[in-house]
Amino acid sequence: MINKVVKNAKEALEGVENGMTFMLGGFGLCGIPENSISELVSLGITDLTCISNNAGVDDFGLGLLLQKRQIKKMISSYVGENDEFERQMLSGELEVDLIPQGTLAERCRATGAGIPAFFTPAGYGTEVAEGKETREFNGKMYVLEHAFDAQFAFVKAWKGDTAGNLIFKGTARNFNPMMAMAGKTTVVEVEELVEVGELDPNQIHTPGIFIQRIFQGKDYEKRIEQRTVTPKS
Amino acid sequence: MALSKQQIAQRIAQELQDKWYVNLGIGIPTLVANYIPQGIDVEFQSENGLLGMGPFPVEGTEDADLINAGKQTVTILKGGSLFDSAMSFAMIRGQHVQLTVLGAMEVAANGDIANWKIPGRMVKGMGGAMDLVASAENIIVAMMHTNKKGESKLLKQCSLPLTGVGCVKKVVTNLAVLEIKEGAFHLLERAPGVSVEEIQNATEGNLIVDGEIPEMKL
Repeated sequence: MINKVVKNAKEALEGVENGMTFMLGGFGLCGIPENSISELVSLGITDLTCISNNAGVDDFGLGLLLQKRQIKKMISSYVGENDEFERQMLSGELEVDLIPQGTLAERCRATGAGIPAFFTPAGYGTEVAEGKETREFNGKMYVLEHAFDAQFAFVKAWKGDTAGNLIFKGTARNFNPMMAMAGKTTVVEVEELVEVGELDPNQIHTPGIFIQRIFQGKDYEKRIEQRTVTPKS
Repeated sequence: MALSKQQIAQRIAQELQDKWYVNLGIGIPTLVANYIPQGIDVEFQSENGLLGMGPFPVEGTEDADLINAGKQTVTILKGGSLFDSAMSFAMIRGQHVQLTVLGAMEVAANGDIANWKIPGRMVKGMGGAMDLVASAENIIVAMMHTNKKGESKLLKQCSLPLTGVGCVKKVVTNLAVLEIKEGAFHLLERAPGVSVEEIQNATEGNLIVDGEIPEMKL
């Protein structure tokens, strides 16, 4: 088996530079690559383009990079929980490309699957479709959307083995599998790094072929954005 | 009396049909899950990658790795499943989800909907709403009939940036149930004690009132 293991986040992020385009997995704060984000903050690189469904909250997730003005452009579907983001966007400091969530997911998938573009009905007739080719299929209108180009993808999985095979947990899967496929260099952090043979091949969500570097993550905070519970009766 | 948000959800729940997969948006739509009619089986899809979404977890059992599209902690029912975002939207665009319920800032008599952006003021993003409205066969919009200033949100034409064109077929508000067809709002039911005239006054778009309009049964 090809060993993809690196020691830590520092080693995993070797080669990241100012001005690069990154993909970062997660939905809200669920399934975000916490260790890689911390490392990006301490590296202090700037002018980044970040492709991520959300932009974190003010003091966690991608919000940490926004605070330090490391991000030049965000490509997301929903950015509602972050005041600093909204401030930077409305003042024009931050470039923002908002795209429909399913289009974002499929563009990531297409990137990794060797598909340069595809037609989707999402956004037809709205400002999202402005300047894009549209076409009718079977009486319905569709918009042409393109794959991305990302130097690095940062992914968070629950378990992974040294060959880079991954298993996700709960709804922390979200964008991680498609982004894992899409990065030119895909960096995975896992809660539990195991030897090859310990994961059942039938249960692998993302095969190791897509992964370049994997490391044992640490100190996961796993912050909950909206803690909704029913009281113990 | 105009309906409460809970009552709007309760009325929408009456539209659910046996064996439907249903996507509920954030806000009033989420409440629909509390009023599933007896004797029917429906399954809720959450576009962040969950089918068979259950109620909020009992205090102390919440799991940061199990949330809904509103980022709220939830549970998964027996028979539920988990998947990635691309597969989730394959379910949506591929029309495997029978009903979408979502909120709106504005709806127009031609079926257009706007719910993601107020230029220069509020830009939260569309999330999955554009994929949902472009694909779903059945869309019910849950909304208040008027805004805080008392102005109609059921318009001739949307003034805000659109989320989807010509896609809304049914609207349930605090005042009425309306169907959208042939470029007009058709009044189907009134909230208990609300007159046709009140609904007429609160509706800017063309409103068709055909015959006696019954009160909703809740």
